[in-house]
Amino acid sequence: MSSPGLTAAAGASPLEPEQKTFAQPAGPGLIFGFFEWFGDLGVFLWRVARAAVTPPYEWGELVRQLDETGAMSLPLVVMAGTAIGVVLSMEARYSLSRFGAKSLFPATLVYSVIQVMGPIITGLVVAGRVGAGIGAELASMKVTEQIDAIEASALNPYRFLAAPRILACILMLPLLTLAADISALMMGWVAQALVEPLSFRQFIDAGFAAAKFSAFLPPTFKTCVYGFIIGSIACFNGMRTRGGAEGVGRSATSSVVLGSLFVILADVVLVKFILVVFP
Amino acid sequence: MAFAAESTKERNEAASGLAAPAVIVEAVHKSFGNQHVLDGISLTVARGKTLAMLGRSGTGKSVLLRLIIGLEKPDTGSLQVLGRSLAGLTLDELGEVRLKMGFLFQNGALYDSMSVGENVAFPLRHHRHGLSNAEIVDRVKQLLDEVGMSRHLEKMPASLSGGMRKRVGLARALALDPEILLLDEPTAGLDPISSGEIDDLVLKLKTERKMTSVVVTHDMHSARTIADRLALLNHGRVAIEGTFDDLKQSQDPFVVEFLKHS
Repeated sequence: MSSPGLTAAAGASPLEPEQKTFAQPAGPGLIFGFFEWFGDLGVFLWRVARAAVTPPYEWGELVRQLDETGAMSLPLVVMAGTAIGVVLSMEARYSLSRFGAKSLFPATLVYSVIQVMGPIITGLVVAGRVGAGIGAELASMKVTEQIDAIEASALNPYRFLAAPRILACILMLPLLTLAADISALMMGWVAQALVEPLSFRQFIDAGFAAAKFSAFLPPTFKTCVYGFIIGSIACFNGMRTRGGAEGVGRSATSSVVLGSLFVILADVVLVKFILVVFP
Repeated sequence: MAFAAESTKERNEAASGLAAPAVIVEAVHKSFGNQHVLDGISLTVARGKTLAMLGRSGTGKSVLLRLIIGLEKPDTGSLQVLGRSLAGLTLDELGEVRLKMGFLFQNGALYDSMSVGENVAFPLRHHRHGLSNAEIVDRVKQLLDEVGMSRHLEKMPASLSGGMRKRVGLARALALDPEILLLDEPTAGLDPISSGEIDDLVLKLKTERKMTSVVVTHDMHSARTIADRLALLNHGRVAIEGTFDDLKQSQDPFVVEFLKHS
């Protein structure tokens, strides 16, 4: 089977040159480095895509990564959601009271959590925890020749290492977002109920009264894009690491920084897209 | 030069089908940035034979091993392994060739998230789907026994010494019963007894399984013990290739100097 995208893989060009990060381009200029980085990322993603859709499939590794990305991130995401719920509840109550719109509190909290804060907070938390984890793990494997050993064992590292990690991020982000949403709403209600009597039933009924189910699907599922960004950038940075312990640190840092940055930039585009497509 | 002529003769025999060398390296150049590591190197390794590559540090010996298994791509020149050119192969096609090769990395390159046993079992689990778990465990024990590491089956790589890691790496390289074994400094950092055991193992593999080996080493004693031919690299080229006696008789100043300090 011939796959042009993989033809140059012996020697794996985007993984082999000295490490160049988006933040620190090593080419003759910033613009050159910028385009080179994106070019290498494109080649990397093409190879991952080709490897991911052709057998053999690495189901065992995917399950391990689902656990690592999802289950291991759950406590952190829930805690972040909890904190955001309390903060939003306090801020919303104060602001709405000033304008005599306290009755809008449940709807304000539900919309702001589910449409805005839940997805972006989950994206940033996962970019920090999972992005750093994947970046450092693969970088460490690269500098100790473990990735070369996988290749030498006749396994495709794009299929065995990158594809399951990226896919796990894509699949787990919406579920983690739901967990963040639920914890934020629960604690938002608790924070409100401690100040003024408000039953959970009243809170839910008022919050979701004017909402359609479809209004909540796009913001939740847009986090699949966040997962793709986080997983791709972390795997890309990790698998092209050079330079020992310093290189490992650099890869972990750039995975978090670039992952978070691109998640925020993607949010701008996705919000506009959702407003246009799902008015 | 007589050695070059012999090398050419082997290549001609291969071309005419009289003998099929395991590895043919033809006029390979390789640079990393401004550093020209290999400068038109040509080598042939006959099937069932052991070639030891010697030379000063940084002369491209390890790079040549990585080129043979396809971990690096030559700038120019060609490589053939078991009659198959490596040029233009996809990763999956290259995988078919790699299944016939075992590679021992300089520092073992053990997977640090897996135990010793799991490291050796890794290639078997991914490429020998017909084997039951019990058969894989038996095979792993047998391989670790061959390198004297069967007592350390459950240990994690972090708790092993450098020499032990190397021996586990060798067991892993042998897991798929390869036709060609590529060894990057197999005896470096080992005590003399362990070093002798590795030499004995390589000799045994050659005798019993007709395994072809390419060994990068600084250990002249080991090279002399296990290799049929030795290639001395200098400035990215083969300074001399032949038997140990051929090297000893050479009047080339670099060869004389190298042997004097070995």
